[in-house]
Amino acid sequence: MKRDYLPLLLIPALAAAAFPLVGSWSSWVTLSVAGLAMGLMIFIMASGLTLTFGLMDVLNFGHGAFIAIGAFVAASVMLALGTWMGADSLWLNLAAIGLAILAAMAVSGGLGLAFERVIVRPVYGQHLKQILVTTGGLIVAEQLLKLIWGPDQITLTRPAALRGAILLGDVAIEKYRLLAMAVGLVVFAALTLTLARTRIGLLIRAGVENGEMVESLGYRIRRLFVGVFVVGSALAGLGGAMWGLYQETITAAIGAQVIVLVFIVIIIGGLGSVGGCFVGAILVGLTANYIGFLAPKVALGSNILLMALILLWRPQGLYPVAKR
Amino acid sequence: MKILRSILSDDLPRSRWLTLVLLAILIGLAVAPFAFPGAKSLNVAARICVFIVLAASFDLLLGYTGIVSFAHTMFFGIGAYGVAIALTKLGASWTSVAIGVGSGLALAIVLAVLIGLFSLRLRTIFFAMITLAVASAFAILASQLSDITGGEDGLNYRLPELLRPSFRPWEGMTGRLIDYYIVYGVSLALVLGLLRIVNSPFGSVLMAIRENPFRAEAIGYRTVVYRTLASCIAAAAAALAGALLALWSAQASPDTTLSFDIMVDILLMVVIGGMGTIYGPAIGAVVLVLAQNYLQALLGDRWLLWLGVAFILCVYFFPTGIVGRLRRR
Repeated sequence: MKRDYLPLLLIPALAAAAFPLVGSWSSWVTLSVAGLAMGLMIFIMASGLTLTFGLMDVLNFGHGAFIAIGAFVAASVMLALGTWMGADSLWLNLAAIGLAILAAMAVSGGLGLAFERVIVRPVYGQHLKQILVTTGGLIVAEQLLKLIWGPDQITLTRPAALRGAILLGDVAIEKYRLLAMAVGLVVFAALTLTLARTRIGLLIRAGVENGEMVESLGYRIRRLFVGVFVVGSALAGLGGAMWGLYQETITAAIGAQVIVLVFIVIIIGGLGSVGGCFVGAILVGLTANYIGFLAPKVALGSNILLMALILLWRPQGLYPVAKR
Repeated sequence: MKILRSILSDDLPRSRWLTLVLLAILIGLAVAPFAFPGAKSLNVAARICVFIVLAASFDLLLGYTGIVSFAHTMFFGIGAYGVAIALTKLGASWTSVAIGVGSGLALAIVLAVLIGLFSLRLRTIFFAMITLAVASAFAILASQLSDITGGEDGLNYRLPELLRPSFRPWEGMTGRLIDYYIVYGVSLALVLGLLRIVNSPFGSVLMAIRENPFRAEAIGYRTVVYRTLASCIAAAAAALAGALLALWSAQASPDTTLSFDIMVDILLMVVIGGMGTIYGPAIGAVVLVLAQNYLQALLGDRWLLWLGVAFILCVYFFPTGIVGRLRRR
């Protein structure tokens, strides 16, 4: 199969186009790093959603609930580990964040399993009902969040070691963004390796391409799907935890806010494609940061414009998935 | 009886209980200013009228055409802000109301055509996602462009003299009452108009598309055109509902017209009331607005949780909602 590198070129093209507009070298680097970090965080949240869609034709409008739950669980753990977070050691700080992230992933993943069972399973193959029921799930989940954690927003402060910025010459790079980028790249690498090199990954890719064929060869695609759904929910929890720490305030509406970006990303990438989702996420992150710097009032509108332009170029998204 | 049939476009309630409920709503809203005196209950009654139109127009999309749009509040907001901006900038006259309604309608229809042509060729899920993205961008834009829209606080403006509370042509009659009956009359006309549309040949094509888009296309109906037209009509009706709200409440803000919460309310109204019936969303609107205004005091914020659960149960077990239940008896 011939590889299609054209969409990848969009990333450097966008960065290069933004350079003369931004003007100064140092702010351009800062913005690009911020954009990459934001893009990678969105990628973490979007990857599971796009895979479940590709595999089973299920689009979960309640995905935002997992993001929000991840953020809340992580916040609770970090607040409980206040001494570690406040400690003056990078390793204790990272351990607290790591534990918080693990807890967030476990809770989101577990809820994903329940969500799949109760909410999604009865409506396979019926898009209208899927959209309605998963939206209903989102409403209920958001109310439950308010019930458990109260209606007020939670304020988190990043641990000392991750506050502030590193100075390279006259370029300032926020430390937390580096961590976010690292986590995002690890997730991306793990996902790509799993998909490309393992047997399960092979089955998932085959399932996305042609599910019936995989079934007729004797594999239970349903089980595979449940697994992907749970991993996707756990990743949403991870993304939510990272995002919450990035924003430093967490409200019950956090899921609904981020899910818009996630949808834009998976539409841009082509529903069902992990690679497309990655490129789309970085494009969205970069655009949001460049435009946020140049014309802050229209930042979110710019992502819609980006989406419209890309859909004019490729109506099915950057990397359309074969059968659809 | 014959006149009644033609007013209702031959789409009778077909159930004694449903007829009673609908009559109760119709008469209850008509006599609301006298039967339930007080500013709050009048406000609730007017909101019920507006939301009946909004939910019924959403039903044209969800129940009859089988597409989910998350941009319905955007069109609602466009209608409301159209009137609000015109009244703020051009002064409190009926010409500014006309200009506001006209420009709001035009913008809503143009946006509906654009979104429709962009995404209705593909699948319903695509349309749902794109409308969600566009609507949220629009809501943020409206709160950012504070020079025009008043930002987060929204706009407060003066209504034309005829509609002000201080206007008293004779004893017992106030501008507020005139305003209420305008809202009531226009809402009633819009709902009857929607009923006319869904029972027309055009409406039958929409239902055919809902049941089986491939077959509808094969018979020779361009599904994109019909779906886009349906979304334009729904957008126009939503914009008119927004204009009514703006004429009633003398203010427009992102919270009351554009927020995702209102989209959730509309979904709850249509699904719990009964998709694809027009009457159902009307009942759903009454239930939900009453719940919001009176149950909140009784149950606290928890009622939305239960409504969410009811919503999910409705989608699974009672796709025709309250109306379907009533009709089965």
